[in-house]
Amino acid sequence: MGVELATDRPGFYEMVDVDVSDSELVYHVRDALKSVSQGDSDHYNQLIAVMHYTGRLAPDEVAMLVTSLKALSGSISYIDIIHHESLLSSIFGMSMWNYGPDVMDALVELIISLAASNGKFVDSCLDMLVRNFTPPKSYLDLLGHPRGLARKHEVLDRVHSALSHIADLVPLAPMRLTPIILQRMPHMFDKETLIVIYVESMLRLESSALGEFVGSTMLMALVDRLIDLDVEISWDDIVLEDSGKGIFDMELEDVDDIIGYAEKDGFEHPRGTLGRQSLGTNAVADKLDSLMVLACEHLKSCADGERLTKVFETLLQSFWVTILNAYKSKFSQFVMFYACSLDPEHCGERFAVFLADIFVCRTHPALTRMSAVAYLASYLSRGKFLPPSLIASTLKRLVDWCLEYCQVQNGEEKTLYPETHRVFYSGCQAIMYVLCFRMRSMMDSHRLKSQLLHMPLEPIFRHQLDPLKVCLPSIVEEFLRQAKAAHLFTVSETFLFNNLLESDLSKAFGGMERLDMFFPFDPCLLKKCDRFIRPSFVYWSMVKTTYDEGEDCSSEEDINEYFDGNGKSYMDGGITRSLDEHDLDLDEFECQLNKMSITPRNSLKNGLINKLENYMRMPARIRPSTSPESL
Amino acid sequence: MEGLNVADANLAVYIHPSKAGKVSQAILRQLSTLLFKYIEVFDGVVLAYDVTFRDKNAKVLPGINSYFGVKLKAKMLLFSPKPDMLLEGKVVKLGKEALHVIVLGFSSACIAEEDIREEFHYRIKHGEEVFASTSHRRHVIKVGSMITFSVKSFDEEILHISGSLIPENTGSTKWLHKHVEEGSIVERSIKKQKQKDDRSKMQEHCTGILDNAGLSLNAEDQPKKTKSQRII
Repeated sequence: MGVELATDRPGFYEMVDVDVSDSELVYHVRDALKSVSQGDSDHYNQLIAVMHYTGRLAPDEVAMLVTSLKALSGSISYIDIIHHESLLSSIFGMSMWNYGPDVMDALVELIISLAASNGKFVDSCLDMLVRNFTPPKSYLDLLGHPRGLARKHEVLDRVHSALSHIADLVPLAPMRLTPIILQRMPHMFDKETLIVIYVESMLRLESSALGEFVGSTMLMALVDRLIDLDVEISWDDIVLEDSGKGIFDMELEDVDDIIGYAEKDGFEHPRGTLGRQSLGTNAVADKLDSLMVLACEHLKSCADGERLTKVFETLLQSFWVTILNAYKSKFSQFVMFYACSLDPEHCGERFAVFLADIFVCRTHPALTRMSAVAYLASYLSRGKFLPPSLIASTLKRLVDWCLEYCQVQNGEEKTLYPETHRVFYSGCQAIMYVLCFRMRSMMDSHRLKSQLLHMPLEPIFRHQLDPLKVCLPSIVEEFLRQAKAAHLFTVSETFLFNNLLESDLSKAFGGMERLDMFFPFDPCLLKKCDRFIRPSFVYWSMVKTTYDEGEDCSSEEDINEYFDGNGKSYMDGGITRSLDEHDLDLDEFECQLNKMSITPRNSLKNGLINKLENYMRMPARIRPSTSPESL
Repeated sequence: MEGLNVADANLAVYIHPSKAGKVSQAILRQLSTLLFKYIEVFDGVVLAYDVTFRDKNAKVLPGINSYFGVKLKAKMLLFSPKPDMLLEGKVVKLGKEALHVIVLGFSSACIAEEDIREEFHYRIKHGEEVFASTSHRRHVIKVGSMITFSVKSFDEEILHISGSLIPENTGSTKWLHKHVEEGSIVERSIKKQKQKDDRSKMQEHCTGILDNAGLSLNAEDQPKKTKSQRII
């Protein structure tokens, strides 16, 4: 059957009969390869030309490409790294996304054979496969469509199976794979879809058989990227000090303007306008959000696969190295929070113990210890899944440490040097913070109540180091109020803070990094990953305090009733929820709110709250985690 | 199997002062970075090591970072395949054009079609791809079989071996053992001596890796007379 190849491209097989057998084709290709070193490159060049078929390929072109690739697979030993450099670079330059499944299969087969046959090709083969984690730039938009998605599955399934085949044939391949993956990771300023699809592949590797070798590096690289993005989201333009006018007003207007302007002109504006910066921030926040979602989904699948404990160790290591000391970390730490919520017994406890260990260990730098205790305080307060016994035992540990510290200090110090004793003050503040959230629930349990009453809080808080004067006034006030209601202890002095958020003394102990106002697990403001966090998160509005008049039942039950009572779930905006007048007196709520947040009072009375719900992406919602905040 | 030898080395490991409290751990960690890498000084790939301290004192280096050098004596198990050596490995992939083998569980080897002697023909037997010998019916190589092959070249960076099945004493290891009497008596005694030496070396210094790689010398199908050669 002499079918003529109806193609206008100079075909490799022009001279060759179509019904030639496979082995003859292989010999043909081998000859072409051999003749290059002898100076005759005609057939060789034609072969390269076949590799460069682009665009929509006609069926016979596809057939030619497939047969050429298969013939090359049969002639592996004839491929020389030097003489056939251009052929090799053509092959390695091919993107599987441009072809159909037949070509993909043939190409993958060739790549696997190349990698297994000669050590010199391994790196290039792995590199080619890693490059295929992401589609060509032009393809990125198609990913949203079903056809694009189908192609994505076709390509990635083959890429990952190829990687695992290569690992079977070349046992040391995973070792070479790691640096290649890290090197090719998209930059954080690249497009979001690009970053997301690459990280998807990284996480897929982590759960695969190769995960044993490359998994921990993949996770750590992901956390690094999270922090990189996190740090890029700037607070500076968003934070406003205590303005009477709703700050939301101003920002809303600006954004409207800027959007219209940008659409009209279609180019970027110079930095300077608040609106523009907030738009820029949004892109980074979106990327971070998407990556956090990927991370959370991955953790969930690890938990389902009963691998979470092992993965958690890597995560913890990564947390220590990357997140703990990155001061401006706003949301990345929620990955830890979510992981703990998936397995409170092991991971949840491990995290608390880990942080407490850092705090009490004297060999760590002061900043690390202060940061750790801030994480610990925020974690113990916000983790709905934490068993009360763990909270009590960790509190006891902190209290014991503070007491020991007090006992070591002697001498009549009339003036306070907050900076010298900053680790101590951060410990005290942590204790007070946790008790603000948990005191009621502890008092409601007989066993924990007795534990709490036995804790030597008084000697600490009445010590001449005077933590009540130095720590953040808003926290101290709330703590004292609750302590009084619970008859925990009383102070002779009355502290008049006038709803001060911070004082000079607190600033002094907080230092330049302002670790006095660091509450890392304040509500997560990223929209997409919030759904992972919310079910296990304690919002301040949910907390029953000791001075609440209400039923004397455990706060857990209370929260559930609270939840169901109005038929409205917590899922839609805490503010709308809290404004529901059936449950709370607005004044009392405001009173509570003011104590524990820096939300401008007027904003509540503004109908802008509803607008806020619509503008969930508004940077105004991204508040700095400078205080325990109520939504 | 050739290519494995035990070397005695005098080493000095330099340790950062922060590890002064856990010196052994630091030394082992430092030495473990050598594993499965080709080290030029040793002229081989380090598979295992066993250390003893030569000196209780260590010399502190002058300079900003005052590393201190601990002197050690180490026995290293090295893998250094040279051309024409006979190695054993497990077949993991079999195709008409090439045979892919893994040696000792970490080193990949490839035997190309032109390096397989005429005796072996590619066939599909019972749906399975095999290389079957035309002169000996039972001499068959398939995926999962252990084969003995000779080394053509060794890529030190990726630890990849290029092998050959051309020499007569290559092929399926199981079959070669069983038919050892087919070779000359001289060959047989040399081979046995080599096996004895290698086995004794390996049984002294073997780690689990070798067992996992399914080295045939530990296989059950040993002819009974070699039991006496095993060193307990």
